[in-house]
Amino acid sequence: MLQDKDRIFTNLYGQHDWKLAGAKKRGVWMGTGDMLAMGRDTLVQKIKDSELRGRGGAGFPAGMKWSFMPKNDPRPSYLVVNADESEPGTCKDREIMRYDPHRLLEGCVVAGFAMGARAAYIYVRGEFWLEGNHLEEAVQEAYDAGLIGDNACGSGYAFDIYIHRGAGAYICGEETALLESLEGKKGMPRLKPPFPAQVGIYGCPTTVNNVETIAVAPEILRRGVAWWTSIGRPKNTGTKIFCMSGHVNKPCNVEESMSIPLKDLVEKHAGGVRGGWDNLQAVIPGGSSVPLIPKSVADNQLMDFDALKDSGTGLGTAAVIVIDKSADIIDSICRIAQFYKHESCGQCTPCREGTGWMWRVMTRMVQGKAEIDEIDKLWDVTKEVEGHTICALGDAAAWPIQGLIRHFRPELEERIVEYKRKHGKRATSVATAAE
Amino acid sequence: MSRVTTHPKVTSFRPPETGEFAFTEASWKEAEFALAKYPEDHKASAVMPLLWIAQRQNEGHLTRAAIEYVGQILEMAPIRVHEIATFYTMYNLEKPGRVQLQICRTTPCMLRGADDILATVKNKLGIDDGEVTEDGMFSLMEVECLGACCNAPMMQVNNEAYFEDLTPEIVERLIDDWRAGKTPTPGSQQGRTGSEPEGGPAVLTDAKDYGAPDGPYANGTFVPAEVQNARAEAAQAENEAGTSSDKGSS
Repeated sequence: MLQDKDRIFTNLYGQHDWKLAGAKKRGVWMGTGDMLAMGRDTLVQKIKDSELRGRGGAGFPAGMKWSFMPKNDPRPSYLVVNADESEPGTCKDREIMRYDPHRLLEGCVVAGFAMGARAAYIYVRGEFWLEGNHLEEAVQEAYDAGLIGDNACGSGYAFDIYIHRGAGAYICGEETALLESLEGKKGMPRLKPPFPAQVGIYGCPTTVNNVETIAVAPEILRRGVAWWTSIGRPKNTGTKIFCMSGHVNKPCNVEESMSIPLKDLVEKHAGGVRGGWDNLQAVIPGGSSVPLIPKSVADNQLMDFDALKDSGTGLGTAAVIVIDKSADIIDSICRIAQFYKHESCGQCTPCREGTGWMWRVMTRMVQGKAEIDEIDKLWDVTKEVEGHTICALGDAAAWPIQGLIRHFRPELEERIVEYKRKHGKRATSVATAAE
Repeated sequence: MSRVTTHPKVTSFRPPETGEFAFTEASWKEAEFALAKYPEDHKASAVMPLLWIAQRQNEGHLTRAAIEYVGQILEMAPIRVHEIATFYTMYNLEKPGRVQLQICRTTPCMLRGADDILATVKNKLGIDDGEVTEDGMFSLMEVECLGACCNAPMMQVNNEAYFEDLTPEIVERLIDDWRAGKTPTPGSQQGRTGSEPEGGPAVLTDAKDYGAPDGPYANGTFVPAEVQNARAEAAQAENEAGTSSDKGSS
């Protein structure tokens, strides 16, 4: 178990002052100017050496992403922080923003300098009213203290930070949709390439990073790459905030070492599964977009990018949604299908039509008002949506249903058989394809 | 310390013609603060903040006049602003209740009883999703994940305040409080500070401040070794050369 001395977010639960004075006690803004004096290349190299992977879901190496930013480009460059945290199950960035906003701002200065950016935009989801207010206040404090502005941290480097509020659209968590939204358009993802590092916000080189990725960067540099890589496993290094929700006795966020066993995480921090570990039905290990894993897999699961990938799922945002045996697993996934139907931006046909189709079939599956071979048809449709859209929302809508069919097909079939038994022959003829 | 440093900011905008809707003085102040965040030639970026300001001024909803007023300020075609106002779910195109209840119903909240919360509210207020009570006091909206899953079930009120760790009884009490003209305190309704486990944090009980004798960096300063070495070398070179320039680090 990670010790308190190795935890970065020491105000995760909001027990202490979140403002500048409190943040400084926790080590934020300590030696930031001297850190910048290491120079752009050294900073990027150190983050590369730390093997820090993006905390927003995809797990792309952060140092490598920063190194894609062009040098000697006449256009201004931007850092955009993705604080549009909307993945169901995820509530970690919110805690950073409301209780440790200065850690994020310091990260913006360090990351912004490392990639040669002139300003950072922090795109906060519209629902995070309080969090946005805390950030605005922290930004003002940082300007007043000379930590950002014309001469950020006394380094001679000019750097601005702006807070931008969204207005309720999950899709804006996709990096190019976020850029569109920031430009004052509908949040519809762009085709890639060109990647944001070449053409991002206002046609300028841009890097989009998650809040947690940016917020941990200064601490990696302060405490050293060796410290960071000593936690977790190779390629899955460092600490991570895990959000545990659903059927646990004590839902909570906790900062733990990467690669912690799932069972340890749930039992030591969240008070265990309701009714005991044996009452576990399934776990969604990384936010609603990743396929669920049944108890048999969860028993020995390590929580990191590669171990979860090997189990046919993903770490995603490390939002652990626990589902015990009292829950209707089909209905739980159906609700996720409804979420994606609601949040599809409507740009690509497979996603716009497919998410609605999948949801409608899922609602019948919940009742059992379907045919057995429709399970295969549903599987086929998820495969038609997956990989055939501009952004990953199509994939994210398909994967939870695939996970359900992969691990809970007997339950789906049983539900259908049960419905038929109750309703006799009449029910068989009622069930048709998607209505 | 000035805010305007790295790129030219929006300084000029067309004063809109007066019509059915106009910003108040207070709204203009907010609008100017928002506009200054974006480059001069990308005024459209301010469309979302300006719509927010218009919505707040206009009792929680956007009228056609308000939408087009924002378009005039930003020199955007009206349709481009209508697109924004209809794409994002937090802009209301119809007048909501004075207390707008937005109840999260996505899986993490659902697993912890969001359906009961929703049923309680519907039953108590006699309204359905998207409806307003006859007295205009309450409106109900089922919304998707609000990102407070460790404090589920929860709801947001008036696009601002989060009320977390709800039970049907607590929701009924909150509604009674609003009816009685009180302003209930947002946050966890069961005494949690944030997302710590119920009953208080089990970790972070031993976290030391930086600079404390037994904390990290007990001397209270941090300079990367590379920078220290470079500065030492530069100082030495300066000593040896005697009269070189005052350039320090690399």
